[in-house]
Amino acid sequence: MLRLPAFTYEPARSIAQAVGLLAQYGPDALVVSGGTDLYANMKQRLFTPKVLVGLRSISEMRFIAYDDATGLDIGALTTLRTIAEDPVVNARYHSLARAASLISTPQLRNMGTIGGNVCLDTRCNFYNQQEDWRQALGYCLKKDGDVCRVAVSSTKCLAVNSSDLVPVLQSFDATLHLAGPTGERAVKIVEFYRDDGRYARVNGPTEVVTRITIPPPQAQTRSAYRKLRLRGSFDFPLLGVAAVVRLDDDGVCRDARLILNAVAAQPVEVTEAVRYLVGTRLEADALAAAAECAYKCGKPLDNTSASVLYRKRMLRVFARRTLEDLRHGI
Amino acid sequence: MREKSPYDLRASARGIYGFFEMMTAPPKILAKFRLNGDEIECAFHPNKTLLEVLREDLGLTGTKHGCEMGHCGACTVLVAGEPVLSCLTLALECEGSEIETVEGLARGGNLHPLQHAFTTCGAAQCGYCTPGFLLSAAALLQVNDQPSNAEIKEALAGNLCRCTGYTKIIEAVALAAERMHESSDA
Ligand SMILES: Cc1cc2nc3c(=O)[nH]c(=O)nc-3n(C[C@H](O)[C@H](O)[C@H](O)COP(=O)(O)OP(=O)(O)OC[C@H]3O[C@@H](n4cnc5c(N)ncnc54)[C@H](O)[C@@H]3O)c2cc1C
Ligand code: FES
Ligand code: FES
Repeated sequence: MLRLPAFTYEPARSIAQAVGLLAQYGPDALVVSGGTDLYANMKQRLFTPKVLVGLRSISEMRFIAYDDATGLDIGALTTLRTIAEDPVVNARYHSLARAASLISTPQLRNMGTIGGNVCLDTRCNFYNQQEDWRQALGYCLKKDGDVCRVAVSSTKCLAVNSSDLVPVLQSFDATLHLAGPTGERAVKIVEFYRDDGRYARVNGPTEVVTRITIPPPQAQTRSAYRKLRLRGSFDFPLLGVAAVVRLDDDGVCRDARLILNAVAAQPVEVTEAVRYLVGTRLEADALAAAAECAYKCGKPLDNTSASVLYRKRMLRVFARRTLEDLRHGI
Repeated sequence: MREKSPYDLRASARGIYGFFEMMTAPPKILAKFRLNGDEIECAFHPNKTLLEVLREDLGLTGTKHGCEMGHCGACTVLVAGEPVLSCLTLALECEGSEIETVEGLARGGNLHPLQHAFTTCGAAQCGYCTPGFLLSAAALLQVNDQPSNAEIKEALAGNLCRCTGYTKIIEAVALAAERMHESSDA
């Protein structure tokens, strides 16, 4: 049996109680929601917290609300399945529901939450391994070692952000709401991640993500998400592409966003692509030019399954296909 | 044979470390839940997964352990009617919940229609994945007694089988659904 290290478990019943427990235990404590990422990592001794603060009983963090004026408000404990099946999310933020439905497996989507998903630990072939394996290698920069095994000369950790929801949330300009010992604050998702797999999130260990808000979609907004993986189930993304466009009444693109994930520790926005999309009717050559920008922007490294060359080439293909999805509607 | 490296020594010391970890584990806690329809009270360490408690503390070895990392679905059980992975669920998080394992599928000595259909179709070879498949399928048939092939595949997308292959398993679920639907009509 692959066992969890020993810890004590403190269930929190409210956000205030969770924040209080985190302040009390300091660096000895970690929060857990669905546990689908954390427990697997703890079994590999990537984390050995003395105390786990369980969030799952905090009912004030489990909701989805929509208002035409303020947009979507999702409690951090909302499960991936609830998001994938929610009619409002499907209708107004299509790519969010789609991305949630593509995560892992039905069982894991019943367990995993959006709060855990945005706080998913960065992943790497040299990190997500059993302790004996990592020990035999002499560990790595992200955990217990001092050399990055992906690129020995790298001073920062190159593990990737493998969340499927994060690029989509960024394409919708989402805001994360945090509660911590010094009160509450809101952070735009673009500012939430850093380009270093070791310190990939700006929230401290004592700050809990309580909810996620997304502004109301403007009229004629279309969104799409595509995920590259080897199997149609189970797998983390080898590449995620999220795209949003706003069209005017004549079908001319007025605004666009294209975001890549699973190629770096933070999502990569293809800002150049906007220039080739705005003002077009998403004709094939505009999409090809935008896809070319994605190809140049995304720099996958040898740290997930499938070869770097394949993932690099699929950047162009998946960026184009995602944009084609938008041309066809949704 | 490979020379012993300092790492091997450290790795074998983990055995002792593991024992140490066990001896210094926080005390057991007592939790109550409903298991296959019965009220159960059980004491276990807080770091035990539901899978460990079912198999080791309650002797219900029908729930299988495969990868224990969320990658195979062999450990699938139903909590509040929904399929979840018992290898990534803490037993204490199930306090007060309704849990169903493969041992609870048969009623009064009669196999569940899914179990019948699996035998009719030859949907199990080694059978290791079968309990997990049965529970994922049971959860589907609870809410949808006329599933399409695509719906069956989607519901079973979190269960791996390394020997039977999936065709017979999908056929078995379709057959069970048909039989259950007919008997509910009658
Ligand atoms: C086999 C397998 C396949 C998977 N495939 C995918 C995939 O394809 N795409 C994908 O995106 N994910 C995947 N996952 C990862 C995971 O299941 C999901 O990302 C899930 O949404 C994580 O949510 P959780 O509630 O289970 O997180 P947890 O495991 O509870 O937490 C994850 C991390 O976030 C922290 N945390 C949790 N909640 C909060 C909060 N409210 N505030 C602050 N910090 C918090 C925890 O301390 C922990 O560090 C996979 C997991 C497995 C085991
Ligand atoms: S044993 Fe739980 S998913 Fe493999
Ligand atoms: S019957 Fe052997 S793994 Fe499925």
